[in-house]
Amino acid sequence: MSQNISQANISPWKRNWVAYVTITRREILRFSRIWVQTLVPPVVMTGLYFVIFGNLIGQKIGVMDGMSYIDFIMPGLVMMSIITNSYANVVSSFYGAKYSQHIEEMQISPIPNIIIMLGFITGGVVRGLCVGVTVTLISQIFTDFSMHNPLVIIIVAVLTAFLFSIAGLINAVFAKSFDDVSIVPTFVLTPLTYLGGIFYSIKLLPEFWQQVSLANPILYMVNSFRYGFRGTSDIDLTTAICVILLFIVILFSVCLALLERGIGVRQ
Amino acid sequence: MNALEIHDLHKTYKSGFQALKGIDLVVEEGDFFALLGPNGAGKSTCIGVVSSLVNKTSGSVKVFGHCIDKNLMGAKSSLGSVPQEFNFNTFEPVHEIVVNQGGFYGVSRKTATKLADHYLKELGLWPHRQVESGKLSGGMKRRLMIARALIHRPKLLILDEPTAGVDIELRRSMWQFMDEINHQGTTIILTTHYLEEAESMCRNIAIIDEGLIIENTSMKTLLKSLNSETFVLYLADEILQSPFLQGFGRTSLLDSHTIEVEVPKQRSLNELIHQLDSLKITVNRMRNKVNRLEELFVNITSKKIKAV
Repeated sequence: MSQNISQANISPWKRNWVAYVTITRREILRFSRIWVQTLVPPVVMTGLYFVIFGNLIGQKIGVMDGMSYIDFIMPGLVMMSIITNSYANVVSSFYGAKYSQHIEEMQISPIPNIIIMLGFITGGVVRGLCVGVTVTLISQIFTDFSMHNPLVIIIVAVLTAFLFSIAGLINAVFAKSFDDVSIVPTFVLTPLTYLGGIFYSIKLLPEFWQQVSLANPILYMVNSFRYGFRGTSDIDLTTAICVILLFIVILFSVCLALLERGIGVRQ
Repeated sequence: MNALEIHDLHKTYKSGFQALKGIDLVVEEGDFFALLGPNGAGKSTCIGVVSSLVNKTSGSVKVFGHCIDKNLMGAKSSLGSVPQEFNFNTFEPVHEIVVNQGGFYGVSRKTATKLADHYLKELGLWPHRQVESGKLSGGMKRRLMIARALIHRPKLLILDEPTAGVDIELRRSMWQFMDEINHQGTTIILTTHYLEEAESMCRNIAIIDEGLIIENTSMKTLLKSLNSETFVLYLADEILQSPFLQGFGRTSLLDSHTIEVEVPKQRSLNELIHQLDSLKITVNRMRNKVNRLEELFVNITSKKIKAV
């Protein structure tokens, strides 16, 4: 095998593209290989939410925001599964790579940090969307399949998965043990999700708590997503998407700066 | 062009530990270079800085003319590294690990697959290509890391103890493989604790101790500086005390049938045997106590410890 791979002959664009595809492919294969651990549990859990909250308890609650309770919570439950899965995918994969040191495979390679980030984030987005689509299909057993604006649904789902994939990556950069990987989802992500308007309309809250709720970024995602399905929202759609984009820009910049400085990955 | 140029390299860890205290090192293109030193001397830190796994405190590093501060991607593209610790995903299959590494360097999947097939066959891993890497034996894992480091055909290959924990038969086949790679034009920097390995393969050598280069010369020059060698002699008949040997160094009795003699460079083994013969001592067999480089290495590093 005398052929020589002259690195000088590979343009930076091509090199970066091949590297991005390689990382993304590896990330997708990673969660696909262990689909029983990564794809099935969120579907089962969300199915239980539909049965218990939507069907059993929901029938007692009656109408919320002009629709049946199960129709009301359905977009939020899908969004919750997208958030938790995109976050979990990146935090576990990146921290796992740090823990077993195979992050070094990428660190010694001529890949810009932004490409490493995008590769991991795309993996998280794909897993979030895979689970989201599956949960949406499952939800059809319990609710009507109607979409007010499919484009809004797609945009919000992708942006949210992107945002929480970055958040997962930041968590993984700082994590020094597996405990650190689970602290943020348990003590930050879950409360914010539950208080993000999945199970109730913030119009039910007193004025003060309505204002407090507006500080929760997940509220914007859940409401804009609900708008895509049902055509109603507590928050203006444009505002919601702008807030999501703003968080993406901030977290993306922070994450890139951390990787450039080698925080958590270089001695 | 030099494959590697290091100038005044310092590294101080957050703990305050000074791992590198101003290293200067030049490795010429095409060389097979040994970087030796006791444990904790700074070898791995030095390699870590060159391969961008460790942030340097100060100093400059150039890989094939690419300064890691100004053109890090150029430097990385020229470099392949086999670290001391296993650092691959133990759940990934062998073939996948090697092909993915090619992808990280921009090598298309088709080409990377061909190259991976080639190196896995060369290194005897082909039958295990679909096996999860975590299930490989220690020797196979070492070879996997070599295959992975070669997938983008680097111009400079750094091998940090590549044969650690590998049995002697496999070690020899790996030496042969590395020698071939070097003859094909790849510059190799080797760190190892098997000094026989460094002596037989490397043309130039640097010894690092306590963060400083304490010796940097050609292997020939270094070995010439060895003033004496110690031989172990196995005797035919029992003796009760170590014999007096005129013009030779320390002689000691290891047991009634074995003596150890320090032979100065200017003395021949013929003279030794002749003197023993005149004392009616018959030598059955003999061997070097340690290999020559090992003797030098111990001399150099222990002198430093005594000076401290």
